[in-house]
Amino acid sequence: MIGVGKIKQYTNVLEKPISKGKQEVSLSAFAFLFSELVQYNQTHVDNISELERRLEDAGYAVGARVLELLCHREKGNRRETRLLGILSFVHSTVWKVLFGKVADSLEKGTEHEDEYMISEKELLVNRFISIPKDMGTFNCGAFVAGIVRGVLDGAGFPAVVTAHFVPMEGQQRPRTTILIKFAEEVLQREARLG
Amino acid sequence: MAAIYSLFIINKSGGLIFYKDYGSAGRMDTNDSLRVASLWHSMHAISQQLSPTFGCSGIELLEADTFDLHCFQSLTGTKFFVVCEPGTQHMESLLKVIYELYTDYVLKNPFYEMEMPIRCELFDCNLSQAIQKDRVALLGR
Repeated sequence: MIGVGKIKQYTNVLEKPISKGKQEVSLSAFAFLFSELVQYNQTHVDNISELERRLEDAGYAVGARVLELLCHREKGNRRETRLLGILSFVHSTVWKVLFGKVADSLEKGTEHEDEYMISEKELLVNRFISIPKDMGTFNCGAFVAGIVRGVLDGAGFPAVVTAHFVPMEGQQRPRTTILIKFAEEVLQREARLG
Repeated sequence: MAAIYSLFIINKSGGLIFYKDYGSAGRMDTNDSLRVASLWHSMHAISQQLSPTFGCSGIELLEADTFDLHCFQSLTGTKFFVVCEPGTQHMESLLKVIYELYTDYVLKNPFYEMEMPIRCELFDCNLSQAIQKDRVALLGR
C-alpha cells in the first residue's frame, strides 16, 4: 500500500503505469499547430497529391500509436479480430478520444463489398480551414484518413483510406466522408471466420 | 435600412486586406477603397502623435454629419474599422466579434498568407452571419 504523501519510486521506467494524461487540449493550440504542419508540407511538395500523401503519412504515425494506447487504456488489451469490431472501435472509441465525440455515421458501401464510410458533418481538423478554389478537391482531412489507416494497419486490417468532400443539398458546406477500402485478404479472412 | 455602410480591414503597413460594403450609398471601386484605407492608416498614425494625452493609441471614433467611423486596432497593428449611420450603437462589440472571427477563420487557415488580402470562404460566411445578427438586433430595438 502506497503511503499518503509518499511517491513510489519505480526502478524500471517500463514498470511505471501509463498516466491518463491531459484529457483535453486547447482547440486553438491544435489548430495553429495543424495549420503549421500543412504549411510546412506545402513548401516541400510540388503538387497537391504529394501534399495529401504527406499529411496521410503524418496521420499514419499518429494512428499506429493511438491504437496501442487505446487498446491498453480503453479495451483492457483485448484484440479485435472481426471487421465490424474494428470499424466500431474506430468509429466510437478512437473518434471519442481524438475529437471528443463519436463519428456521425458509419455506413457500408452499396457498390462494393470492401468499402465502408465514416461520415462527419465537419472534421475537427477542418473547422477553421477554407480551401482556396485553385486547390480543387484537396482535403486536409487526409490527416484523419492517415490516422484511420494507421489504426487499421496496426490491427491487422490493411486498407486504403481516403478523405472526400461530399456536397449535400440544402447545406452550404459539404460533409466529409472517410472512405475505407479493405484489402482482399481482409475480406477473405472475414469470410472464413463466418 | 442598413445601419452599417462598410467594413475595412487593414494590415499593419496600411494595405487594405478586406473590404465589404453593405449599403448602396458610398459604394467604392477597388482603387478608391485602397486609397481610403491608406488615408485612414496615415490619419490614425498622425493622431497618435498629435494627441495631447499621454499614451494615446489612435482614433477610435470619428463622428461626421452623415456617418460615424468606429476603429479598432489590435495589439499587432491590424485595424478594423466600420463606417455606419450616425448614432449606431454597439459598433465596438461588433468590431470585437469581427476580430475574433478574423483570429479564428483567417489566422488558423494554413492557406492564408499574412498581410495578404483575405480570401477565406469561412470568414465571409461567419461575417455575414454576425452582421445579420447585429442587424436583426438593431431593428428589433
